Amino acid sequence: MEADKTIDCKGLNCPMPVIKTKKALNEMQPGQILKMEATDKGSKSDITAFANRTGNELLEVKEEGGTFIFYLKKK
Amino acid sequence: MAEEKRKRMAIIASKGSLDMAYPPLILASTAGAMDVEVTIFFTLYGVDIINKHKYGSLKVAPIANPAMPSPIPMPNIIGMLPGMTALGTQMMKGMIKKINWPTIPELIEACREVDVKMIACTPTLEMTGLTKDDLVDGVTVGGAAEFLNFALDANVSLFI
Repeated sequence: MEADKTIDCKGLNCPMPVIKTKKALNEMQPGQILKMEATDKGSKSDITAFANRTGNELLEVKEEGGTFIFYLKKK
Repeated sequence: MAEEKRKRMAIIASKGSLDMAYPPLILASTAGAMDVEVTIFFTLYGVDIINKHKYGSLKVAPIANPAMPSPIPMPNIIGMLPGMTALGTQMMKGMIKKINWPTIPELIEACREVDVKMIACTPTLEMTGLTKDDLVDGVTVGGAAEFLNFALDANVSLFI
């Protein structure tokens, strides 16, 4: 998937991936795609909850060797 | 969600030790990132969390804290010896750093960035002789009624 912006949250623990994701989305335009990479084991459920609550759409989540890769579409 | 009324979270932060400063700030910054309207009311020792002379050096005491990990097994009473609080604090800071967790000043900054409202309790300031100039930027000063006015419409209310 093509992303308009990518952020690296690998090595960061809760709550930083969520907070950095929010910050990155704030600087983007509606409809743009954010790619976020994290190793926090809670990030999958955290980002799902974040997307649910904020209305930013979680398009895809994949896991590659302990890294979670999220694609979010800015509301 | 989208256009409905924003959810609200009201937190009272009443403790000023390093371990007890994390929960209110983590929940508040995360909720703020999730578009929740958050107010933290800092009272009693909790004011240390927003005291700019102290918030970078909050401590945790091993005495009477049986959950505190110890490198070697020892009776809790050892925690009363001089230097044990400094040692315990250093240990906890080491663990925090190891997992790449933000510091208290960094979390306060994260709260500010997502517009968490921070109120310092007026009687506590009176009692401790602090003024607004002693507090970190962005903190306002207020009383119980102001906090309750917000908390009465909150979806989540926590006393920490």
